[in-house]
Amino acid sequence: MELRGRIVHPGFGGGRVLALARPISFWGGVDPATGAVTDPRHPQHGVGLGGRILAMERTIGSSSSSAVMLELLRNRVAPAGIVVGRPDAILVLGILVAEELGYDTIPVVQVDPGVIPNLAAANGRRATIGEGTIRVE
Amino acid sequence: MHTLPHANRFPAPATIPSAVATSHPLHLTPFERGILAGDLGPATQLALRIVVRMGKILGARELVPVASSHIDGCLYHGDGGVEFAERLVALGGRVRVPATLNVGALDLLNPARVRASDRRRRMALRLMRAYEALGCAPTWTCAPYQAGHRPAAGEDVAWGESNAVAFANSVLGARTNRYGDFMDICCALAGRAPRTGLHLEEERHATVVVDTGAIARELRGRDVFYPVLGSWLGLAAGERVAAVTGLPATATEDQLKAMGAAAASSGSVGLFHVEGVTPEAPDLETALGGKAPQEVIALAPEALRHVRDRLSTTAAGKIDAVAVGSPHFSMSEFARLEALLDRHLGDERPARRRSSDPHSPDRSSPGAPLAVPFYICTGRSEYRRLKAAGRLRRLEEAGAKIVVDTCVVVTPILPPTDGVLMTNSGKFAHYTPANTGYGVVYGSLEDCVRSAMRGRVTREERLWS
Repeated sequence: MELRGRIVHPGFGGGRVLALARPISFWGGVDPATGAVTDPRHPQHGVGLGGRILAMERTIGSSSSSAVMLELLRNRVAPAGIVVGRPDAILVLGILVAEELGYDTIPVVQVDPGVIPNLAAANGRRATIGEGTIRVE
Repeated sequence: MHTLPHANRFPAPATIPSAVATSHPLHLTPFERGILAGDLGPATQLALRIVVRMGKILGARELVPVASSHIDGCLYHGDGGVEFAERLVALGGRVRVPATLNVGALDLLNPARVRASDRRRRMALRLMRAYEALGCAPTWTCAPYQAGHRPAAGEDVAWGESNAVAFANSVLGARTNRYGDFMDICCALAGRAPRTGLHLEEERHATVVVDTGAIARELRGRDVFYPVLGSWLGLAAGERVAAVTGLPATATEDQLKAMGAAAASSGSVGLFHVEGVTPEAPDLETALGGKAPQEVIALAPEALRHVRDRLSTTAAGKIDAVAVGSPHFSMSEFARLEALLDRHLGDERPARRRSSDPHSPDRSSPGAPLAVPFYICTGRSEYRRLKAAGRLRRLEEAGAKIVVDTCVVVTPILPPTDGVLMTNSGKFAHYTPANTGYGVVYGSLEDCVRSAMRGRVTREERLWS
């Protein structure tokens, strides 16, 4: 499967697909030290985001999620790439700051919201992001 | 182009990466292009680079000069945030507009109030000092509008902290998006923000109308109504702009701040209008910008009651602490609390019976009038005014613990138990379970005082039945 999207943040990344069953606020929902989902009400509570191609319809919650994104990159437990169905400015801000600080960053691609379920069906399969294209093996 | 000799030590990318292929370019003025080239030094350059890249992602056509900033990024979340702030300091960064600072993770006036490891304390303090070094005013409050920072109606500003954003937009009529960590300081250093969202006149018009006429008139006039209304609004409106009708013209600033804080906790509300009360809603038609609303909601008493119930995780029984002051307690709220203490502490001293409870860590001192710790979170501006007026002692003798510069849900202050906290704040009610592990009970300020005296939930239910 190959999907094209809008480049929100450029770059290349590869890993297994992790499609979020429900939106999540990174602040209060993801441990900045480990990358694990910590929100006990989230269906994927305990799952690690590190190294995954994270697919989600949208981000929700606090704008402090930018700070959590920066910490994930700093601690090298960030996703390998992010695919969103709606424009996201909060996570990307954390990535832009990380880039200014010289950390390795990750690509963010925005796709049509209708495409996200296709990625959910590919949950766990290997995928790569590059130049705005998502390839699922 | 690089006019400053040190600019080359921190070379900028040769071109700003085109993050998103927007359909239209982001136009920059010659002055702004000069900043990007390093004319005002490397920190301003870095800050504007981020503002521009975010502007492109958000689809802005241009930047807007901002008159002030309120900065939320000074709360410690991890070492990356400290590194960023210290990088800006090392690059010689100074804010180009007046900027106030939101709460940090420490009570600087009473450090023992916060439990933290030495390392966490050190890093949190480094972060706070870095923001001061950037020229921000050390206000350390989530209610800068009570500390003299009040932008004018129609003024573009770049504010962070969700309640402060809602207040600046709704109550003051200033114009800001919900800027958070990093973006707030970048806007303050650059003096610019992307001209999108709530900076645009047409985006400020209400698209939802909420009619509160079916709610009992007496309830609509009471403080305890507003956090519940706000909490309901956040769930119903999400990030849409609502115009609320049917509220009394006497609605106070304290009531509106409580409403906005709750709405910005349960939803992403950055602006709401109250017909006949807030500056952009002299009448409903103006609030709607002359357009028809997308949705009109008649608020039902049952829906409000449901939200009121959901603000509590438990409704009866023993409580372990009370916390008020989210947003930070105002001088008028202190006056109301003092009047309640005078009224209730005169006739009842049950704490003497409870002071020996062995299962209650950090109880008030034996003989103190309140049976459980009563935390009042406020800004140092209010704290100093209380102190100067000789009003602190009376509160402390009653058993109140004043928390300054921070608050009980952003940093460990409450005794480490899995107890129950009572509050009159919709925002505290929202964040307490996840951030502190405490259960929570929502009630009025008077409910909080009476419950604190008994150590058990005591609420006036009549208004809600």
